[in-house]
Amino acid sequence: MTTQSPGNAIREGFSRISYGTNNFVISFLDIIFGTIQRWVGLKGMPYVFVLPNLLVFGIFILFPMLLNFVYAFTGSTEFFLDQRPWVGTANFEQLLTCDNFLDPNSCYQDRFWRSIYGTMGYVIGQVAWMVVMSMVTALILNRGMRGRGFFRSVFFYPVLLSPIVVALIWKWILQENGLLNGIIVSLGYEKLPFLVDAQWARFWVIGISVWAFMGFYTLILLAGLQSIPADLYEAASIDGASEWHAFWSITLPLLMPTVIVVLVLSLIRAVQVFDIVFAFTGGGPGTATLYIVQYIYENGFSSPNKLYGLAASASLLMAGTLVVLTLIQLRFRREEV
Amino acid sequence: MGKIKSFLTRTRGTRRLHFTDIITYVYLILGTILMFGPVIWLVFSSFKTQAEIVKFPPRLLPYRQETVVVEGYEDPLPLYTVTLEDGSTAELAQVRRIGLESQLIDPANPDEIIKVPIDQREPIEKVVFSLDNYIEGVESFNFARYLRNSLIVTIFATILTLLINSMAAFALAKYHFKGREPIFFIMLSTLMVPLSVILVPVFLVITTINWNNNLLGVIVPAAATPTGLFLLRQYMLTIPDELLDAARMDGASEWRIYAQIILPLAKPALAVLTIFSVMWRWNDFLWPLIVLSRSEYFTLQIGLNSFQGELNVQWNLILAMTVLTLLPITFVFAILQRNITTGIATTGMK
Repeated sequence: MTTQSPGNAIREGFSRISYGTNNFVISFLDIIFGTIQRWVGLKGMPYVFVLPNLLVFGIFILFPMLLNFVYAFTGSTEFFLDQRPWVGTANFEQLLTCDNFLDPNSCYQDRFWRSIYGTMGYVIGQVAWMVVMSMVTALILNRGMRGRGFFRSVFFYPVLLSPIVVALIWKWILQENGLLNGIIVSLGYEKLPFLVDAQWARFWVIGISVWAFMGFYTLILLAGLQSIPADLYEAASIDGASEWHAFWSITLPLLMPTVIVVLVLSLIRAVQVFDIVFAFTGGGPGTATLYIVQYIYENGFSSPNKLYGLAASASLLMAGTLVVLTLIQLRFRREEV
Repeated sequence: MGKIKSFLTRTRGTRRLHFTDIITYVYLILGTILMFGPVIWLVFSSFKTQAEIVKFPPRLLPYRQETVVVEGYEDPLPLYTVTLEDGSTAELAQVRRIGLESQLIDPANPDEIIKVPIDQREPIEKVVFSLDNYIEGVESFNFARYLRNSLIVTIFATILTLLINSMAAFALAKYHFKGREPIFFIMLSTLMVPLSVILVPVFLVITTINWNNNLLGVIVPAAATPTGLFLLRQYMLTIPDELLDAARMDGASEWRIYAQIILPLAKPALAVLTIFSVMWRWNDFLWPLIVLSRSEYFTLQIGLNSFQGELNVQWNLILAMTVLTLLPITFVFAILQRNITTGIATTGMK
């Protein structure tokens, strides 16, 4: 016999009400969909089920992808397509005109090349740090200490914060008279120009991205670690293998597929970085942290004369890069199966 | 006490505290400080007065100088502990400061003005968690409005995402129909093409159907998410077909099969997609930034970003509004953290 607490009674009441409304909604929709089914027949029903998704997908993703090509091959600052003259590959030529591809100053669209080199530096630094930090954290969380659930949540918490909030928190800490400079001065050193100096800004953009996202990759790696059967380790320890040896010959090889997933996911997300940097440095100082999506955004939306053609062709080049990265990932996944 | 000790000395299997266990705990504690510290620092800072906020080096707690109201003076006067010429100390209120000299009065005897060099006085301070920043911030930062918009976008977008993706996933997982393979392939091939790549043309579509400055323009375009579709379809493949056949035998319509068999059985996958969708939509930035240009339609993220960009907006107000913005998601996380982390870890991105 259990006595019913008021909390339970309330919960039960709610679930009854929600069950009732659920039932009502389902029955109501059943009348509509039942009519449709009588009309199109059983064979037609799958099309009815995919239709809403297909409509949204077609109108807002597939169709725009095709339109993007039209923008990329037309010029002028007009927004509507019928007023844009055909210019062929002129936009791409503009983007790709350089005396020396290694020196953005020699390029016609120097900001584009700055953003490309900036993005490359960011991607390499961010992905490397991300994989290392989330790997170390996952290995430590996998040691089965008490309070693991708590610590797992601790590292995951920043993932939920919005990029704007993350940027503002760190801007506040890193500003000239912020917490970090306070600590540095109290230790007897000089203040450091964290947000004013180009190198420091690039460093911190990577740093706060790793801070914000590493919890997500830690979770994925942790799941990978936990799917390694425990008897493998037992067998190894019976055979007299050291922990270090077990790590190199069991953990690492079996975790490799998960590491590759993490590597590729973080790579693809790093190429698209925008909001966190936009709110943190705005691309500055100068163009130190100007990355490719911000270049696209500026050309298409925020600069006074909007060069939609340039924005579209730059985004096509970026999409091409992403497709290549995805194909590489698929290749790896196939090998692992 | 015993509990703490057993927590601290718990090791992997063996009874002895190995040095790797110490490293582990040091790492975890440093990690906790690094992950939570910045947010805690933000919360404490958001209670500081403007005078305190520009102080260097900064202090953790929001101090505020004590004041006293003295007859004959309009504003409350700041209180100081003053070291007098004879070496004694007294609590005095400062009337004005001229260069390096401070003119003070004793609140009990307001007629006599005492002049001391400014380095002979120390402000009397107390810790006050005052809501002034929040009250003043909400006046210029339309928090209620932005919160309402963010909630509308998050809730309706999540419902729409769950509905259309689960319907499509059901069809793709449980029916054999002409065109199934091409549809699935085309949708999956866009898995890695983000909205940011097609910004300009989507904006054209939005403008053409007049969804600019309309929350619909933020809600609908990203609702057909390939990630969600893939996740749900893979999960629904594991539901046995016999269940559906049995229901059909009993005369259930296809809609009833979807709503009353498939959906309840796919609950774990739907839960994960709900978490993802709420996270994506609540924190979404680039897309709302483009679609919404009038401030009455701003979501919290857009509002906060434009608030920090405004001239003359003080840090103490920005910090208070940042705290308000991160509060709802922190609250949800505190309640659901275990479900969220295990959900993502198990059904995750694989």
